[in-house]
Amino acid sequence: MLKIDVLRLRAKAIKAVRNFFWSRGFLEVETPLLIPANAPEEHINPIPTLSSWQLQTSPEICMKRLLCNGHKKIFQISHCWRSDERGSRHLSEFTMLEWYRADSDYQALMTDCEELLQYVVSTCFADCHCFNQNSKKITYTSPWKRICVQEAFLRFAQVEVSDCINKGLYEDILTSIIEPALAEFKAPVILMDYPVELAALARTKPENNRIAERFELYVGGLELANGFSELCDPLEQRRRFEEANKLRVNNGQVILPLPEPFLDLLATMPQSSGIALGIDRLIMLIAGVDTIDEVVAFTQEEL
Amino acid sequence: MYSVADLKKGLKIILDGDPYLVVAFDFVKPGKGQALYRTKMRNMINGSLLDRTYRSGESFEPASLEERTMEYLYKEGEHYTFMDQQTFEQVVMEEETLGDAKNYLLENLKVEVMLFGEKAIGISLPNFVTLRVTNTEQWAKGDTSGNDSKPATVETGYVLRVPPFIEEGELIVIDTRNGEYSTRVKG
Repeated sequence: MLKIDVLRLRAKAIKAVRNFFWSRGFLEVETPLLIPANAPEEHINPIPTLSSWQLQTSPEICMKRLLCNGHKKIFQISHCWRSDERGSRHLSEFTMLEWYRADSDYQALMTDCEELLQYVVSTCFADCHCFNQNSKKITYTSPWKRICVQEAFLRFAQVEVSDCINKGLYEDILTSIIEPALAEFKAPVILMDYPVELAALARTKPENNRIAERFELYVGGLELANGFSELCDPLEQRRRFEEANKLRVNNGQVILPLPEPFLDLLATMPQSSGIALGIDRLIMLIAGVDTIDEVVAFTQEEL
Repeated sequence: MYSVADLKKGLKIILDGDPYLVVAFDFVKPGKGQALYRTKMRNMINGSLLDRTYRSGESFEPASLEERTMEYLYKEGEHYTFMDQQTFEQVVMEEETLGDAKNYLLENLKVEVMLFGEKAIGISLPNFVTLRVTNTEQWAKGDTSGNDSKPATVETGYVLRVPPFIEEGELIVIDTRNGEYSTRVKG
């Protein structure tokens, strides 16, 4: 597909995303892109700016504060920046869709994902399937397969996910074995219930405090969205942020400031769930192209 | 030093003492996870391919490679000697390192020699070289066997297929990229 056609498809898909959320009673919000502090995470680096403030790595801190202020269903399409992330599926500046639901958990988000993708794909193609970059037909009709992370590691790699994390092999096994196995599915797949080490802002399951209510949506082996039941315990959240900063120090990276106003308000946040979906990757999937370069007007190298 | 963020196709780095060229690269990073830098690299001395995965924080020594125009002087056994006409500095390369390039080396030919430190690791030739045919069979007029080429040996000892009308002593142009006959030099 020519770039000019991909950008037309992109506009159409983004309009469909907006229609979807508007028609379901979500409020479209805009939060500041330049903020004093992001949520500190071990492996996410904000782009340094001339001041001590940072470009957002995700709009989550401000969007959760809106939940604290009484908003129930909100969505936002905004740009995010992450330092040194550039590859065939990564841009340092990219477009993220995030949506949040008060009084709900991650199960509601999984249903949202199914309905959203079905709506976008059928708006763009008048049918509920499209072809990915390998000309493989992906059918979006429900229900989608849901697999626990532990089960996926056992089934596809014959290893315990906890062993992989302890040995520092989690990312290797995930990207070289699990993701290619998920790419064999001809429909979207949800990978769910992550070890708590891999879910900095997620709530743990009521019956097991080692497992977090977090899921990732994979389509054709491409990681498309990451959602979870939000942690609303300010003390636990502060402990996790400080733990992330400790790990950053060990990795030789700068300590990141904590989003204090967010931590102050967190106790007032209702039980909620929230999710981030990469818009550029969604366009890659529906346009059936190989690299993220093909779905944006200009890459950083072209400027 | 290069950091993992500098990795890209075409980068030249030193690994285990040898220069490597990055021929394929991708950045992968699962959600909330650590970044991995997957590379495929070619050893610039022996051509072997290597897959390596790096993580944030790792660094590499740049391979400083220099290309210099030199003249081919002579061959002694398996050793080929080249000389920089400006500095009169000489380098020696093994037949194995030269590969197919040895087929076109005629004394005084100017080539680009790739140097890794003091060590010559390869040469690039002009795309076309002119060599004299030293041996080929006479084409019998009226031969209707349908052969549209015949073997010929050129002055470097290289044997290739040439059109039937080429005669011993003629100069021909050879394409060094595929080793094939290109044209005859008239006059």
